[in-house]
Amino acid sequence: MISVQSIFDHAVLAALAILCLSFLITIYRIVKGPTLPDRILGLDMLVAIAIGFITVIGIKTGYTLYVDVAIALGLVGFLATVAFARFVLSRGKTEDDILAEAQQAASDARREDRAAAKEQLRRDAGNQARNIDAAASRSGDHHE
Amino acid sequence: MNDIITLVSAAFLLIGSAFALVASIGLLRLPDLYTRMHAASKAGTMGSCLMLIALAIHTTDVGTMSRALAGVVFFLLTAPVSSHLLAKAAYTVGYRLHPTSVTDEMASQDQQ
Repeated sequence: MISVQSIFDHAVLAALAILCLSFLITIYRIVKGPTLPDRILGLDMLVAIAIGFITVIGIKTGYTLYVDVAIALGLVGFLATVAFARFVLSRGKTEDDILAEAQQAASDARREDRAAAKEQLRRDAGNQARNIDAAASRSGDHHE
Repeated sequence: MNDIITLVSAAFLLIGSAFALVASIGLLRLPDLYTRMHAASKAGTMGSCLMLIALAIHTTDVGTMSRALAGVVFFLLTAPVSSHLLAKAAYTVGYRLHPTSVTDEMASQDQQ
């Protein structure tokens, strides 16, 4: 006959293991997440899983003061998600827009570089011609 | 009676952690932000709420039980709000739906 207490202990251990697995999967999504909202959503999910951890630890150790911590963590997670959503809204562009802007800026910079190089070349040629003229007039003075 | 309460609490713990695992697998496997939001906000909230209910059942202290239930109510109130806000912001800014999505109600709203 298996005692109820051992069933409960095994359930607590299994819950901790499953929560660890889902924590790792969520962290993989946060690291990989192609866009900013995906990462914010992953953080939201991470807070929910952390609350689950706190609850399981509270049951396991009987130290239920952690429930207050869980409520505070939920409040912080909610406010963080709201603030991040406002940030996404106020930034006003997606990752594709940012990429396109960067490419546009790079091509603009290349064109300006090319124009500046051409201008420099022309100025150098003008200076050379002026130097030759000056040298010729100086030699003319000597001959006089 | 005490044994039954312990078993029910263990069952709630296992079901809650299974919901959390399903939510994170959905976060990993679903194609775009809006479908991932469903997994994280529904199954994730359900998972942590079930685990808090398990704590409320398991404890003998009335104060702890009421705080755990207050936490459940709090998460049930805040999680949909934050998810909806994030999805609305992302849609307004212009993050597109996955090409396999069959309908986009907001687009038809914009056209009218």
